[in-house]
Amino acid sequence: MPGEIYITASSGISQHRVFKNQLPAYDNPDADMPGFLMAAYHHFGIKYPKFYKMDHLCKLGWLASEVLLKDSFDELRYQPEEMGIILANASSSLDADLKYFESTKEFASPALFVYTLPNIVIGEICIKHKFKGENAFFIFEAFDADFMEKYVRNLINSNILQACICGWVELIGEEYRAVLFLVEKARGPGDHEPEFTQQGIMLFTQENLNKIYHLENG
Amino acid sequence: MDKLIQDLKVQIIAQLNLQDLKPEDIGDDQPLFVEGLGLDSIDALELIVLLQKQYKIKLSNAEDGPKVFRSVRTMAEYIMEHQPQIS
Repeated sequence: MPGEIYITASSGISQHRVFKNQLPAYDNPDADMPGFLMAAYHHFGIKYPKFYKMDHLCKLGWLASEVLLKDSFDELRYQPEEMGIILANASSSLDADLKYFESTKEFASPALFVYTLPNIVIGEICIKHKFKGENAFFIFEAFDADFMEKYVRNLINSNILQACICGWVELIGEEYRAVLFLVEKARGPGDHEPEFTQQGIMLFTQENLNKIYHLENG
Repeated sequence: MDKLIQDLKVQIIAQLNLQDLKPEDIGDDQPLFVEGLGLDSIDALELIVLLQKQYKIKLSNAEDGPKVFRSVRTMAEYIMEHQPQIS
């Protein structure tokens, strides 16, 4: 239905597993967190040398965005300003902050310093895909589907955005969890509606966000 | 000089997390920035840290940066100039 908003794809990375549209896409139960992210990067055949330089939070969020968008997103459909990213987590950039703090005891590392803000993960995704729309990174104790649905719906209904990546990207030490949603507004009859398009498409509701979030967390 | 150049290539790869490169992939005279290895401004800061950490050399004049960091060879020449005992 024109104007209706849909979750047109989802991705999840946690507990040594990667999901795409609620289906398992990769697993590597023996790898530690850095090894798992690197192995997943190679598994999906991605070539992006800057990935190696990213901190772990950015690697997690960026990788989840690649899985999300692959075969699910038509970049030609939107102007750069129409595509936004709204993310949240609980630990902000604490993982990188602690590593940077350690480095200051000898030589402060500029390469670590640039990752001591959580919204850098949004920047990394935007650089890769040339997105220039509204973006924000919020800190919550836990994934808040109610807030996320209202915030993103408002951006789309206000015509600030036509599409948005939103979700949860959390990493501290060996604990990591990312669940991303691709949210798009229908432009015509049948656009994005499940009976006309691919599986995995759902109405953009708080209930569906929660359902996918818990399913893709294993 | 040759050993210093080889050591620098290994150190640059480690310092800048260039995990998809091997030392032999970096030419002695290959530009490090833009059209060469494609390093950026943050990498330049990391190279300054590398000089300080590994060779106890502080880049006293920031305007020397583009000349010093043009290639691995120019870095090696700068190190030898300031630490003649290293070769």
